[in-house]
Amino acid sequence: MAAMPEPARFDWREALTDAALAAAVAAALAVPLIGFHAVDEPTGIRIDTRFDWVVIGVITVFVGRLLLGALKRLRPQTALAPLGRAAMRLRPAATALTWAGLAFAVLLPVLPFSNRYVIDVATTVLIYVMLGWGLNIVVGLAGLLDLGYVAFYAVGAYSYALLAINLDLSFWECLPLAGLFAGVTGVLLGFPVLRLRGDYLAIVTLGFGEIVRIIIINWQSFTGGPNGITGVPRPSFFGLPFTANPAEGQVAFHQLLGLEYSPSHRIVFLYFLILALALITNLFTLRIRKLPVGRAWEALREDEIACRALGINPRNTKLTAFGIGAMFGGFAGAFFATRQGFISPESFTFVESATIVAIVVLGGMGSQIGVVLAALFLTLLPELGREFAQFRMVVFGAAMVLIMIWRPHGLLASREPTLRLKREDAPP
Amino acid sequence: MAYFLQQLINGVTLGMIYGLIAIGYTMVYGIIGMINFAHGEIYMIGAFIAVIAFGVIGVLGISFVPLALLIVLIVTMVFTAAYGWTLERVAYRPLRDAPRLAPLISAIGMSFFLTNYVAIVQGARVKPLQPVIRGDFIVYDDGVFSVHLTYVQMLIWTLTLVLMAVFAYLIGRTAFGRAQRCVQQDRVMAGLVGIDVDRTIAATFVIGAALASVAGMMVALYYGVVDFFMGFLAGIKAFTAAVLGGIGSLPGAILGGLLLGLVESLWSAYFSIEYKDVAAFSILVLVLIFRPTGLLGRPEVEKV
Repeated sequence: MAAMPEPARFDWREALTDAALAAAVAAALAVPLIGFHAVDEPTGIRIDTRFDWVVIGVITVFVGRLLLGALKRLRPQTALAPLGRAAMRLRPAATALTWAGLAFAVLLPVLPFSNRYVIDVATTVLIYVMLGWGLNIVVGLAGLLDLGYVAFYAVGAYSYALLAINLDLSFWECLPLAGLFAGVTGVLLGFPVLRLRGDYLAIVTLGFGEIVRIIIINWQSFTGGPNGITGVPRPSFFGLPFTANPAEGQVAFHQLLGLEYSPSHRIVFLYFLILALALITNLFTLRIRKLPVGRAWEALREDEIACRALGINPRNTKLTAFGIGAMFGGFAGAFFATRQGFISPESFTFVESATIVAIVVLGGMGSQIGVVLAALFLTLLPELGREFAQFRMVVFGAAMVLIMIWRPHGLLASREPTLRLKREDAPP
Repeated sequence: MAYFLQQLINGVTLGMIYGLIAIGYTMVYGIIGMINFAHGEIYMIGAFIAVIAFGVIGVLGISFVPLALLIVLIVTMVFTAAYGWTLERVAYRPLRDAPRLAPLISAIGMSFFLTNYVAIVQGARVKPLQPVIRGDFIVYDDGVFSVHLTYVQMLIWTLTLVLMAVFAYLIGRTAFGRAQRCVQQDRVMAGLVGIDVDRTIAATFVIGAALASVAGMMVALYYGVVDFFMGFLAGIKAFTAAVLGGIGSLPGAILGGLLLGLVESLWSAYFSIEYKDVAAFSILVLVLIFRPTGLLGRPEVEKV
């Protein structure tokens, strides 16, 4: 510390006091929960101590606080400002990244390193990307925090599974129906509650998400209850099944194209299917933003009172955002059901909703490319190693807090006016 | 009749627990106009600290029950209050002038963080707590069914009522209470007349956390188990209680808690136990739709 370039007026005493206070708070927080460990044994609980952890933690907080204080003192900006500027510089690069990413996504199955595992993971990422884009309509564009988005995902998945099993409809017939059911559910749930303010709405949608899940668990005869539904039909290539030995009178996909049968055909097909669905979602969002209703969403997000004064009906406008967002959730749900072949209420918990919200928020509300980056980050993190899975939600939570403090609008928030009076430069 | 009486006793006990948590929601909402999404997690942490404190007391060999209870109560309140203070300092204070959704999202982040932090440092399994207070007495017996009032339930009732009295005194009669009500009405003006706004808001979080931690300790005593996920449901239900009573109103929080506790225990007794959470959520939705100000709340005027 002595060799710092600027011998700035750095008040050591103040910095040390501050760091000591932070360390004292850290100790108060850490002693009961980290210092003691309640180990559950058949006879009851046994208390272990881990004060070495506490000491390490407290020292880390002390040193960290001291360094943070020094950084703040030596530079008038906050310590995180350079990161903020880096994110701003990323904005123009995002356009190039979009096309590169798209090309990569399309070519992924033929790239040399791709195998079944890679495509499987990529499919999962794309499901989250699609969910993120769908929720982005509600949260990012219309500014309605929906913590029960997973309910629509569940409605879509169960619609597909039940229609396909009970009425023997194909995936392509069910897909629009699943979207329709989810959209209608969205409108029905949204209708009574959309006049509520932001944080009330968040809690109510959370409640709805839980209600849908509890109903699925308890309505045994219809949904299979906690056991879920097995044997959900696999998708077909426009009527051609992906099976080695198709039924009498049917032609399988590989026979039509004269290929050797390979189970990876279906995996690759599913991958392209979700890629197409996700891109449709994205294209839809990009186009609808330019329509009056899209503009009304964004205006409503910024100032509801001004919108009402301008004659926009807030409830109907919000309802369209809610319904359309729910519809895309339903599409994603139908895809999820056909991909897994098995669905159960386990897949539709609050954690899932929260993950999707985290993807939208971390990416920057309203930013489409931000959603992709966040989905990649949050889905690949647990794939890095099983031990990460346990820490994933902790990292999630901490990241949500830090990103909100650092950039309250999200990482790549796009809050530029979508309409300018004078055109500044030619459209790209 | 006897069965009904028993459900009434159980419902009031549950309702007092919800009420104690709901006070934290309603106070924080009153003072900064935001829902403290991580409040349920604070309650969960309180329950864990209580279980650990009981364990440590067992190791130290303090066997006189009232003394043990008092020590655990104080330890739990103090350490959980530290969590409440930190929560405000980390997730709310930097965002005081940020867009509305930002503090809500940072609080959700905090709630995930705390849930999983406890799951990692204390293990994800359910932690049992051996009964500290045993025994009950029979209030009423109609020959078929006898109504029990356990000592734990009596402790919960007494403790809640005492805390309410202390709390009402604190808010109504002390300098801190005046500052708190002042900041609630007009934050800028309160600052101008010399009230330390930051400190008042922090103290609000601390008190809310301390009350929630008592609720956590009582649940640990009452049900004998704690787990890292218990804050989620309890948080939503206490929030429902706060909304039902009228958010921002302190007597409303208790009233809402009692009503919700009664509804829940009577619903479980006479209808279906599977749908008791649905009943609670439905109350929340219905209240918000038909009477957003709650039973005792004042209507909120939206200013441009």
